[in-house]
Amino acid sequence: MNNFTPFSALLGGVIIGVSVVFYYYMTGRLAGISGIFENAITKASQRLSNLAFLLGLVIGPLIYFNFIASSAPVAFNITHSYLLIIPGGFLVGFGTRLGGGCTSGHGICGIGRLSTSSIIATGIFVAIGMLTVTFLQQFGNYL
Amino acid sequence: MNDKIISLICGIIFGIGLVISGMTNPEKVIGFLSITHNWDASLIFVMGGAIITAGPFFYFLKNKEFSALGDKINLPAKQNIDKKLIIGSSLFGVGWGLVGLCPGPAISALATFDPITVVFLLSMAAGVLVKKNTIK
Repeated sequence: MNNFTPFSALLGGVIIGVSVVFYYYMTGRLAGISGIFENAITKASQRLSNLAFLLGLVIGPLIYFNFIASSAPVAFNITHSYLLIIPGGFLVGFGTRLGGGCTSGHGICGIGRLSTSSIIATGIFVAIGMLTVTFLQQFGNYL
Repeated sequence: MNDKIISLICGIIFGIGLVISGMTNPEKVIGFLSITHNWDASLIFVMGGAIITAGPFFYFLKNKEFSALGDKINLPAKQNIDKKLIIGSSLFGVGWGLVGLCPGPAISALATFDPITVVFLLSMAAGVLVKKNTIK
């Protein structure tokens, strides 16, 4: 485990948890990002509110980089292969909405509410994600 | 305070949490998914920290009927463990493994100004829209 960062991971997780709880307490809605994203682009009701949340997701890191620390605890490193980016993005969008949630909706809100379906969904996407990465490492070597 | 301001504030807090956690970095997520090679368990601490923080509040607030802003609370109905859940979560897992971005970090990654993140988000929006228009 070369890059294991348990303390910043835990701190970041607690902060995300605070956001989820505050959002639920104030609005009665669950902070599942794939759901907020879908509603923002397909539903007229509460569109501004959903867009405001998504805007906050971008502003948060900008505030962090400009006022809290000059660099993230870990540098940003993403593949630039369109062969991965385009199908990857499509499957994340399609799959999260078919399965009813993503890492935040199922993984945090759902497990936080002890929902059996969310626990199963999270187990599936983590396991399949691991299989996918292992497969790419064996055969595709990140294209 | 209206719900737009609350949403903005919650998004900002969520985004700061994501950056601090390291999960806006796809390489970090792939490190977690790379179970057979140099495994990085950090993501478990992110999810664990968030669940341990939010879980007790969900429990104590579970019988609340109205939010603090006065809206009726409609929690998602109990979801069936069906083909949609299993296939959807599997397809999401493939996409997550291909790039290392899930929806939250994908949006926060716009803050890096790397144009590839826009391509990812447009592809993600296409996936959402295709699902919405093909499957009830």
